[in-house]
Amino acid sequence: MVPYRRVPAGVHPPEDPAYRSTVLRHPLEPLVEIPQTISEITGPSYPYDVIGAVDNDLTRQHAAAPIGERIVVEGRVLDDNGQPLPRALVEIWQANSCGRYAHEVDRHDAPLDPNFSGTGRTITDDEGRYRFITIKPGHYPWGNHYNAWRPAHIHFSVLGPGFLTRLVTQMYFPGDPLQPLDPIFNSVRDPEVRERMVSSFDIDLTIPDWALGFRWDIVLRGREATPALA
Amino acid sequence: MTGITPSQTVGPYFGILLRARAECRQVKDGACGTRIVLEGRVLDGAGVGINDALIETWQADANGRYQHAEDCRPGTADPNFSGFGWAHTGKDGEFHLQTIKPGPVPAPGRGVQAPHILVSVMGRGILTRFITRIYFEDEPANSGDPILTLVPEARRHTLIARRARDGVYAFDIVMQGPHETVFFDV
Repeated sequence: MVPYRRVPAGVHPPEDPAYRSTVLRHPLEPLVEIPQTISEITGPSYPYDVIGAVDNDLTRQHAAAPIGERIVVEGRVLDDNGQPLPRALVEIWQANSCGRYAHEVDRHDAPLDPNFSGTGRTITDDEGRYRFITIKPGHYPWGNHYNAWRPAHIHFSVLGPGFLTRLVTQMYFPGDPLQPLDPIFNSVRDPEVRERMVSSFDIDLTIPDWALGFRWDIVLRGREATPALA
Repeated sequence: MTGITPSQTVGPYFGILLRARAECRQVKDGACGTRIVLEGRVLDGAGVGINDALIETWQADANGRYQHAEDCRPGTADPNFSGFGWAHTGKDGEFHLQTIKPGPVPAPGRGVQAPHILVSVMGRGILTRFITRIYFEDEPANSGDPILTLVPEARRHTLIARRARDGVYAFDIVMQGPHETVFFDV
């Protein structure tokens, strides 16, 4: 078994007093370093046959189209050796175009959209590609500090080839003025690393007369050394 | 090398995602082995239950086989058991997870690891997932387990589920404090 390379320091964010809820929820003891065993090298997958034809099109899951700006979000899932990862499960969830989640905990005074559940999923193809059609999520306030607003984002959950490649993150949009003010986005300290979470507008993904395109690649942990091809 | 995408919190609304996963069950009819329930709470540094945490589990089947191409020992894993479970905590931080008691699995090099379940802990206010393991108090193999022995003895108890009643094991996940659960860097 070829082990996965360790994640460099500074990639995954530490606790951050600016994001107040982290203060009592991140461990204070140092993590205990252990070797990778068969338990960590293997990992979960999902029964791909349950994934339906419109599961990656959040605009066609109800009787009518949702309100909002239709967008295409496409990219690849890669490992940090640059190898595409086929058959990864990519799941998303997001607020509607008014900045409201279809979730009972969300009390923001913005309308729900009966034609938008805000969840999608797909499996990457042989080149590691995924594609979603959705609507651009709205901004919304949260209770972290006075006048706190989240930049527009889509939550991404990725099940890659093993337990160690599991990633949950958020995709942001280019040029959002709320990004410099957001403690969650800025919990990743290094600006170069932080920018990996920001998608790019892509005119080639943009469909004439129909939807803007945003491109975003997701990079998971890779192996120490790529085994020679048989 | 390409830079790894950073982790972000799952936030409070990941229930939307879990609703979409509702059709998938970890344990199907006909699965081999002993059915067990894992129950416990996820607690913050003030001892308060975290009501918006997401637990994900990964484990071998009753015979110690993983449902994965890289478990390349002869034979096959139980087709009625996926090994992948998840649970959303309730209002007091409580969770319940129905699964199968895993079998022992090989250790790196030689020997075996005691039966265990890998756990990812995520949640609102948790920026990156934290990884821990659940072991079982009634397994004699714990004493020789190569991972448990790397954990300072005074903290090992945080990784061991107690037999609460027949078929039910209790395991709390404590994010901070004197009984803070051991989390791993793997």
